[in-house]
Amino acid sequence: MLIVNTETIPGKSVVELKGLVQGNTVRAKNIGRDIAAGFKNMVGGELKGYTELLTESRREALSRMAAQAEALGANAVVNVRFSTSAITSGASEMMAYGTAVVVE
Amino acid sequence: MDDQLLTLGLYIGLPAIFLGFGWFIGYLSETRHERSLQKREDALKDVEVTDMRNPPGFSDSSGQCMLVTGEAVMASDVFKTWVFGLKNVVGGESKTFTRLFGRARREALLRMKAQAKELGCNAICNVRIEGADIGGNASGKGGKRVSNMAVVMASGTAWLRA
Repeated sequence: MLIVNTETIPGKSVVELKGLVQGNTVRAKNIGRDIAAGFKNMVGGELKGYTELLTESRREALSRMAAQAEALGANAVVNVRFSTSAITSGASEMMAYGTAVVVE
Repeated sequence: MDDQLLTLGLYIGLPAIFLGFGWFIGYLSETRHERSLQKREDALKDVEVTDMRNPPGFSDSSGQCMLVTGEAVMASDVFKTWVFGLKNVVGGESKTFTRLFGRARREALLRMKAQAKELGCNAICNVRIEGADIGGNASGKGGKRVSNMAVVMASGTAWLRA
């Protein structure tokens, strides 16, 4: 499954447009990460726990989007965009969406 | 009299030590991070990054391309946050937080470049940089929730320029 955030894939042409696909995930931070982050806010530096949270969320959202595209019979997703929003003070949603296409 | 002086000393001295500790460690970690950023940027200088959707050479390239991403969450230390709280009284630019966001952005871009290099690509196009709202609870003091985090997410399409 080819996933790109451009509209076209060089060397290939879009044969069929399958439609908009999206994948999302809601992840909560756990207490351990919050406490570590609280300490880090004292001394500054990178909050690795939160960074991992974001990375895992993106990967999960992308794989769900790819699964939806595969279910539609597509072999690529183009024009991928991300969107996040905080749901409660303890969780945030990460969504990836794009256009599923058949390319050859 | 002595007792009162001691109490006064503790009331001023302890927070000052706390802030000073935060300032010192924060200063060390910022300079260390700057040096690490500089070193890694020099190492990944050959990966070309652009926010153009169709840079020259892209449409004629081999077709090997893939989405790459990078993210970074940076926090500032307690001293800088306290000074920022004071700045909120008079307003104006907080150069420290501007620098913090700058470092987070450079870190996110570097991670994206490293992922592209791992995939065997040497150029990235259509780079998008976003912030995220992850509702940080980290510095909650009762109900007050001040987010001292700079969250930066970068994404782009990595491709191989012949």
